[in-house]
Formats: sequence, structure tokens, C-alpha cells
Amino acid sequence: MIRSNAVAWALCSLALLAGTAQAQGLAYVSSEKDDALTVIDLATLAVKGTIATCKRGRHLQLTPDRKLLVACTDSNVADLIDPASGKSLRRIPLGDEPEAFDLSPDGKTIYVSNEDTGEASFIDLASGKKLKSVKVGGEPEGVKLSADGKTLYVTSEVAGLVHVIDTASAKLVKNIKAGKRPRRMAFSADGRELWVTNELDASVSIISTSSHEVVATLKFEVKGARAEDITPVGIQITRDGKRAFVALGRANHVAFVDVAARKVTNLVLVGKRAWNVTLDKAEARLYVVNGLSDDVTVVDVAGAKALKSIPVGRVPYGLVVVE
Amino acid sequence: MRLRRFVFLLGLATGLLTGTAYAAVLKATLITPQDDPRFERSRLERAYLGHPGGPAGDGLQVALEEGRFELDAAGSSVTLASAAAGSLAAARAAAQAAEKAGAAVLLTDLPADWTLAVADAVKLPVLNIGAAADSLRQQDCRAHLFHLLPSERMRADALAQTLVTRKWSKLLLLTGPGADDQQRAATALAAIKRYGLQVVASKAFKLSADPRERELANPLLLTAGAAYDAVWVVDSDGEFARSLPYRTVLPRPVVGDAGLVALAWHAQFERFGAPQVSRRFAKSNKRPMTANDWAAWVGGKLLVALATTLPKGPNAAWAQALAKTTVDGSKGTTLSLRAWDGQLRQPLLLTDGQGVISQAPVDGVLHPSNVLDTLGADAPEKTCKIAR
Repeated sequence: MIRSNAVAWALCSLALLAGTAQAQGLAYVSSEKDDALTVIDLATLAVKGTIATCKRGRHLQLTPDRKLLVACTDSNVADLIDPASGKSLRRIPLGDEPEAFDLSPDGKTIYVSNEDTGEASFIDLASGKKLKSVKVGGEPEGVKLSADGKTLYVTSEVAGLVHVIDTASAKLVKNIKAGKRPRRMAFSADGRELWVTNELDASVSIISTSSHEVVATLKFEVKGARAEDITPVGIQITRDGKRAFVALGRANHVAFVDVAARKVTNLVLVGKRAWNVTLDKAEARLYVVNGLSDDVTVVDVAGAKALKSIPVGRVPYGLVVVE
Repeated sequence: MRLRRFVFLLGLATGLLTGTAYAAVLKATLITPQDDPRFERSRLERAYLGHPGGPAGDGLQVALEEGRFELDAAGSSVTLASAAAGSLAAARAAAQAAEKAGAAVLLTDLPADWTLAVADAVKLPVLNIGAAADSLRQQDCRAHLFHLLPSERMRADALAQTLVTRKWSKLLLLTGPGADDQQRAATALAAIKRYGLQVVASKAFKLSADPRERELANPLLLTAGAAYDAVWVVDSDGEFARSLPYRTVLPRPVVGDAGLVALAWHAQFERFGAPQVSRRFAKSNKRPMTANDWAAWVGGKLLVALATTLPKGPNAAWAQALAKTTVDGSKGTTLSLRAWDGQLRQPLLLTDGQGVISQAPVDGVLHPSNVLDTLGADAPEKTCKIAR
């Protein structure tokens, strides 16, 4: 009796701790005009410093061994940075004008979009060798790999297509017509749906990953904003697959979406041209990178409210949380 | 008339992607002036803002090349033929010949009166990519004539809005002797009136070194005797306007055809994927992309959009669909054609030639339905009497 009480008490205090604990760790923000990452302390929500990196840093992502990888469009490389030391470990050539990338589940291969040449390239991270490349539509942007690593999805802004690429053969399997200027993608928790933001259609195209057809389109509306000012780009879906967060670009809001119902539940006012979104590990806070106000807005997910905006570098692009 | 033809064929070798046995072909013909005086070497070298930098085919080809994937995926293709015409009559004949040969759409980079002659000679949709004259959007509008280059009025409105945001409300208006300049000055005055600006003095200028004409030609004398916030210069030719900034009596900015200029495009525009477009253009054509090149490029984009929305045509269906087709012009918003005058609504860029200073419509200007319609003639003005 006493023992079980003690356990209950311990569980209770753990839960309390989890609920009230200050966010720990750091966020790293790339910026297109600073050749540096801005480091934010998540406990204090203040800028801790910067890390010099390659030119025009854009997409950044954590490798499976928890290193930071940032693609630099003007340097044509990725910078591999050790977050522990804040130092660059080495640089990996990514081909012409790399913008966004994804990593194979084993972390060995980088799949990158080459903006100017209209290609998706497969790069060996260890050697920096280009393994394969696939010609895609103009200005490829978002890159997303299926969980099993077999299927690669690349958006083309110019062609308005989502390209489906078989990674084993490096062959284009299908082109899916999305909306105007498809940008970024996220998978549903079960991997059966791919959500694609359409910057110039104020919408998300929901694609079935089995049929590779658009099964639904989610339109965004913001009171007081015209459809042409709603320009969705960044998207993330929670681990349980219940909610999606979509940055609405020039509408200066981020939308919370009920994934199953395909309905917007909340709109949160953030900075100018909300560009990319990142959740922390607890999925309690959402970090929204604002491209035209040079800041990051921290949003409390439970309360659907902006807590603070933190000034970062010039034309910030993406953010990664390291906890 | 000499008819030059080349065919640009895209998207037929696509087995994997389309699965269709027959790809529909959207045939388009571009009609341009033969021996175009705008492209004389000395004019091109001066690169005046708002003047074309080279043939319209350059931008069109870039757009069609970009569209290859989309066309492939839709199982469609676009072919582009071109014809050069030495006179209005030749342009008309070229248009009729293209129609007879099965063209679905014509594109014209021609003077205003030639453009109108072409539109009146055919039933096909005509995309005007070279004539900015408001007459083509107003009294001379045609139901099947569409305009991709912004009109003079749109440019004047963009500039007037910008002056309002700067609170530079008192203007000295200088007008040149060019054939279009009186009309363009009247257009500037209409925009000035619409946005509540004020002309404190209006003078004619002339390019001359003759001391007897110094009142007309000397920038210091022309800009003396009035208190103004900015000088608005109307100069279709460009030489006088270029020499005016920093030569005014008062330290005031020059706007209009030099200084700060409102344009459809500038190669230094940094937002909305514009640098990629400018870079692709420069790579293909070894010159910077101008506003006229953008209009031609967006014409190509429109053809691709049309051919992918209705991959199988036929021509009549394309003609009908065109007015409702929207296009991504890399200016941050989807662009559509105005129902009342066929003009492509679009943001404009304010540039000093070095970079893009700002955009129009400016922040804070309001409109009941689409803020882009604050640039140019709006629906309630009913300046085009033809029903569409």
C-alpha cells in the first residue's frame, strides 16, 4: 500500500516535472544573407550566439548521429556541424544551387534538390561523391524520403508537380500535378498521405502514397487576408499524426490543422512571411521562421498563442531543434 | 513580307510519363517587326530602363523550356513559329497565314497600331507582349486581345502610389517631344490626379545644345522657378531623362523614365524565385532580363499553362480557356487576366536600374476585390466597351 502510493507519487511528480520543465536545448536557424546560423537558447528564448557557415544557408536537418547539416545554395555545399562544439566538421559538395534535402534512414545518402539545374541528386555523405541524379521540373524545392527510404518525393515550383522517384533505380516513376508552386512536404504518421503545400494556391494537396493521386485539397482562409496573400510553405505533422502546422507565408499566420478532419482549428499570428515551422521534441512549442521580419516566433501549441518573437539573422530560412 | 519559321517542339518523347499515344500540340506564332529599330546596336547598348533588351523570342523560349516537364506530364506540347513583318499590312498577312496554318494563339511584339491590325485580322486569341499603349486596353480593346506587358497607366499608377507613400506630393512634370510623349504625359496626369498628387509646374523639354533653345534644353533652367518634391520626366526616347538626375536646381529625385522607374521586371529583383528566372534567362541569352523579356516569358508560361490545363485542345477550347488561365510570374502571387480589358494584373517593381527599391501596389492602398486592380484602368471606369 505504502509502496504503491510512493509509485503513484513518483509518477505524479514526474508528470509535473514534464509539464512545467523549462524547455532545454538549442535551436539553430539558417539565414540566407548572413552565412551564419543563429543559435537560440530554448530555456531563455534568447540568442546565444552565431556559428559561421557556408554561403546562403537554407535547408538544415539533423543527421541520425545528431550532427547539423545545412545546405548552402551559393557555396554549392552542405556544412556538417557538430552542435556540441559549434564547429564545422567538413563540407560536402552538393552540386549546383542546392536548396532542400532529406537523408536516407541510415544517414549515408543525401537527396538534394539542385535549384538551377533542375535536378535531384543523390550524394554519398561520407565521400561527397554524386551517386546519381535525376532530371526534374524547374526550380525543384522540397525533398522528402519515405520512411522505408525507397521512394523520394521532390516538388518542382515551376512545373507545379510532385515528382515520385524510385531511389533504387534513380528513375522518375510518376509526376503528380499539385497546385501552383508546390513547396514543402510532410508525411502523415502512418505514411499513407503526403501533404504538400502550394504556395500560390493557398492550399495543401493531400496525396495518397499508394495511388500517387491527389485525394484531397485543403484550402486556407484567413480573415482579413485575400487568397493571393495566403502563401503556404513550411509544414510539419505531429508524431501521432493528429495535427499539422502550416506556415501561411504572406498571410503572417501559422495554421493548426486537424489532420483527420482536414480542417483548420486555429490560426496564430506570427511574423512577416512565415516560412518554415519546427516543433520541439515535446511538441509543446512551435518555432516559426519569418522570412521578411528576420525573426523566429515561438508559439505555445496548447494555447495556440505566440509567446515571443526572437530577432535572428537576415532572411531566415529554416530551424532545427537540438534537445 | 519575309516569313521566317522555326519550330520549337517540346514534350513528344515522353512514353514513361504520359501513357497517351497522341500528344495534342498547341501551335503558337510570334509576330515581330522586321529590322526592329528598337534593337539597333546603339539603342541596345544604352539599355534605357523600360526599353526592350532584345527579341521577344528569347523570353518565350526560356518559358517553353521551363515548361517541358509540366507538358510531358500532361501529355501535351507547344510549338512556336515566328514571323517577321516589315509593315502593318505584312503583320496582318502574317497573322492570317498563321491562322490558316492552324495556330491556336498569336503573340505580338509590335507597335500598337500593328497589334490592333493583327487582332482585327484574325479570330484567334492574340497575346500582346510589346505594346504598352492604353488605347489597346480602352477604346481599341478587342475581346480576343490580351496584354501581358503592363500598360502605361499601370506604370504611372505604380509610380504615383510610391510618391504618395514617400509624401513627395508636389511635382514638376517635364514632357519630351516624342510621338507618344503627349499621350504618356496625359496618362501620368491621370495617375497623379487619382492619387491626389499635385503638379506645380509643367514644361516641355527638348534635346539641344543650341543656346537659343536653352530654356527647353538646360536641366538647370528647366528645373528652376518652382518648389517641388520630385521631377516626373516623360521621355519615350530616354536620352534626356537619363541625363536629368543630379542635374536639377533643387536636390530632388527624378522619377518617370529615369531615376525611379516602374517596370514589370528587373533582373535584380530578389524575391519570389525571381533570381532563378533572371538567371535562367541570362544563361540562355547572355544578357539581363528586361521588363519586355518578362512579358514574353510570361506569354510562354501562359501557353504552357493553357496546354497543361486542357492537354487535348482543340483550338476553340484553348481560345475559350485562355481568359480564365492563371499564371505564376514569379512575382509572389498568381496572375490572372482582367475580365474587362484583357490586361494581365500584376505587381510592378520600382527600380533605379541598380536594384529594386520597392513594389507596387504599395502597402496600405486598398481595393474592394483585388489590390492589383489599383494599377491601371479598373472595371467601373468602363474604358473598354466590348463585352467579353
